[in-house]
Amino acid sequence: MIAQVPPNLTELLGQVIGYIYPNEIEIHWSILIVVYPYLTGLVAGAFILASLVKVFNVKEVQPTYRLALLTALSFLLVAPFPLLLHLGHMERSFEIFLAPHLSSAMAMFGFVYAWYLMGILLLEIWFEYRRDLVVWGREHKPPLRWVYRALSLFSNDISEQAVAFDRKAVRTITIVGIPSAFLLHGYVGFIFGSIKANPWWSSVLMPIVFLMSAIVSGIALVLFLYMVITSLRNEPLDMKCLDKVASYLFYAVVVDFSLEALDFIHRLYQSEESVKILAQLISVKLFMNLVILQVLLGMLVPLAVLVAARTRRVNPDLRKLLYFTAALLIQLGIFSTRWNVVIGGQLFSKSFRGLMAYKMEMTGLEGLVTALGLLLAPFLILFVLVRLLPAKRAEEAPIHPA
Amino acid sequence: MNKREFLKKGAIAFIPAAAVLQALMRQAEASVAGAAGATGSPTPGYEPRDHWYGMGIEVEKCIGCNRCAEACKAENDVPPEPFFFRTWVERYTVKQSGETEVECISVNPRGERKAQDEREVLRSFFVPKLCNHCAHAPCVQVCPVGATFTTADGVVLVDSTRCIGCRYCIQACPYGARFFNHRTNTADKCTFCYHRVVKGLLPACVEVCPTQARVFGDLRSKASRLVRFQRMNKINVLKPALNTEPKVYYAQLDGEVR
Amino acid sequence: MKLPEQVTRIAVVVALVATLALLVRFVLIPRAYFSTAVHQSATVRREVARPVNFAGASACQDCHAEEWEKKALGYHKGLACETCHGPAAGHAEDPMSVKPFAPRDRKFCPVCHAYDAARPTGFPQINTESHNPLKPCITCHNPHDPVPPETPKECAACHAQIARTVALSAHALLPCATCHTASKEHRIAPRSALPSKPQTREFCGQCHAGGTANPDAPKVELASHGGGYLCWQCHYPHLPEGRP
Repeated sequence: MIAQVPPNLTELLGQVIGYIYPNEIEIHWSILIVVYPYLTGLVAGAFILASLVKVFNVKEVQPTYRLALLTALSFLLVAPFPLLLHLGHMERSFEIFLAPHLSSAMAMFGFVYAWYLMGILLLEIWFEYRRDLVVWGREHKPPLRWVYRALSLFSNDISEQAVAFDRKAVRTITIVGIPSAFLLHGYVGFIFGSIKANPWWSSVLMPIVFLMSAIVSGIALVLFLYMVITSLRNEPLDMKCLDKVASYLFYAVVVDFSLEALDFIHRLYQSEESVKILAQLISVKLFMNLVILQVLLGMLVPLAVLVAARTRRVNPDLRKLLYFTAALLIQLGIFSTRWNVVIGGQLFSKSFRGLMAYKMEMTGLEGLVTALGLLLAPFLILFVLVRLLPAKRAEEAPIHPA
Repeated sequence: MNKREFLKKGAIAFIPAAAVLQALMRQAEASVAGAAGATGSPTPGYEPRDHWYGMGIEVEKCIGCNRCAEACKAENDVPPEPFFFRTWVERYTVKQSGETEVECISVNPRGERKAQDEREVLRSFFVPKLCNHCAHAPCVQVCPVGATFTTADGVVLVDSTRCIGCRYCIQACPYGARFFNHRTNTADKCTFCYHRVVKGLLPACVEVCPTQARVFGDLRSKASRLVRFQRMNKINVLKPALNTEPKVYYAQLDGEVR
Repeated sequence: MKLPEQVTRIAVVVALVATLALLVRFVLIPRAYFSTAVHQSATVRREVARPVNFAGASACQDCHAEEWEKKALGYHKGLACETCHGPAAGHAEDPMSVKPFAPRDRKFCPVCHAYDAARPTGFPQINTESHNPLKPCITCHNPHDPVPPETPKECAACHAQIARTVALSAHALLPCATCHTASKEHRIAPRSALPSKPQTREFCGQCHAGGTANPDAPKVELASHGGGYLCWQCHYPHLPEGRP
């Protein structure tokens, strides 16, 4: 692959406001790097919602448990691709496993990812589904039978004792999994928050803000998927479950909003050297994305909608519609949040004297089409996974084969 | 069940395959190690540990002729586009109103510079910029594969055969001194003309500076021009609050310079 | 308690994955592939092996002794040859077939010598439009010893910044010689024969003391105004209306 100098850089030179260091004209972390924290955020959020069932015994959200797990898996499988595609040398990415440079905040990425994928998510899903896999392996004809047999690692034992062990294992993994999910996404926040050169990123709150917005987006996604999938199957929605998930969503948005407001007020009040350029950044470059999309449409409106759905005596149908609207708006808001962090942090000069411009590619490797593809890919994976591993538990356990 | 057997067979097949692979890798290792040679002196008679390089810049001597930025591009094969620089020159104009205007004269060196209205100018000066070869370099800290590092003589280099092109280092540099080289698809930056320095030559920008606004030298040698420069001037570095400990020292640096 | 059979199965898989990972990392792949020391010394060697394009000033001396000596005594003594002639390592190696660049047109010298307010005071700067227009610089100046053939009569040729400040001030119409006397030597060796500067309050008083003839100059009572301070401690003579 012979990469060339992006052709639009000269054009961007004319769109600079104020003074920037000459090398800063190129925006290095493109839309793909916006997609990445968005995807891992959904993973962490969905997983944390799933763990509520197992660890805190929240019975109401049980119907979303398996869906949340599979959602987390399908998004996690896609999550590294935006990063890989963005590297200048994709073929050297394995170096990060072979020779991680331990002082780098980014070096542990591969290990955190591998741990979360293999140590937590796959393991939990395996224990959760093992009994059903065995049962399905007996029910289905080849070749599906062989898929289920292989997935269950040819295990056979579905005695009460063995299944009880599975349950205990799932619970233990979940308990380890919650800090791991926090780690996965808080870590992404740290990658940005630890860059002292960039005042828009550099903040101790960054990992926590990332985490809370992850939880918000993950819960909203599971809520959305649960409503869509259940309706597609013509099954009735469990309103108790919906209300509960929606109330978690509400609290998560409140916490997320408070944290981001705190971060904002803190910066404004401290009013450091960078405050002028950041104010200019918000008013000139990010007004639409930050004020309108992220705060207004992505937080305040959904909050109002969720409150309205609860306090007024609205009928279930309207309530569903309101939840659905809130979930969609929140996705939009969180995506804007990621955009504002990643792209916003690269739109002002480190000389604090000027603003750059970002022109998104359309069809290039780092363009909009790739980004959309990466955002859709998890849904395709989820579609296959849900087919293969239905959320409904296998009905009865047939007797042992002879 | 025969899967245990299968596993055993798999293991048996794996061992010879591994052995062949390993032999191949050892061969490759020999070639890498041969090219690299023993660690230590890069050229005969040069001991990196005896040196610790830095640069001094006397702001009041800079006439903004841009010879340094052009020489750098010629010496180091820096991409010609006007937004990839290993070194560049900024022109500051502080106005009576207190407002400061900055322009990078290297972007358009032969073109018209922004006209300055003499009645509004309070003071005006040029500032050359380059990689600060920080003793506590954030770019070195953040590289996930250790492709950028500080040599024993204090020069921050990029290993372009190892850099994965994640550009975290470019984000971490507070000085905008790094850029992405689209020919190699790796991060690129000033090397203090390491290939010249170890041969006893001056960096290209220092060599061509007509007013000796740039002083290159070895901080380990008491007789070096740089140490003399530090003795004779009040010194400041860029963005000292970030604690990067730059090794490019500015004399007569104005507070407006960032 | 007896562990259920699935535990063994998953344990085998986990152990396999872990062993494989460790095997690949620590046995299969030779150290040189990820050894930081090896990579770094290879990088240093690669850097050192890069070609030198600027030969350095001393490389020119052997063949171009005449120019070298001439330059060493003139105003351009601090300049490296390659500042103007460009990278010349190729020429140093093969003098006959590779010829360095020799700037001859009028565009080149103003790169350094065109007036720019950001250039340091005292650095010789010209107004490219009015300074002997259209003539290439080398018709009058030898670049290896660029003393002007004729010292410019007007002080502004060298003191452009002061001239521009004065031009905007109430002192705009005063010739420099009103306050400074420059000896002839100043034109040849400007730094060793400095022009005179006013020394006393009475000097300014010639125009500004009450009762003196000049009607346009603002008057003060010389005996009491400003206490014992010298005039230029409060007023910048090149821009006297600037606030004290």
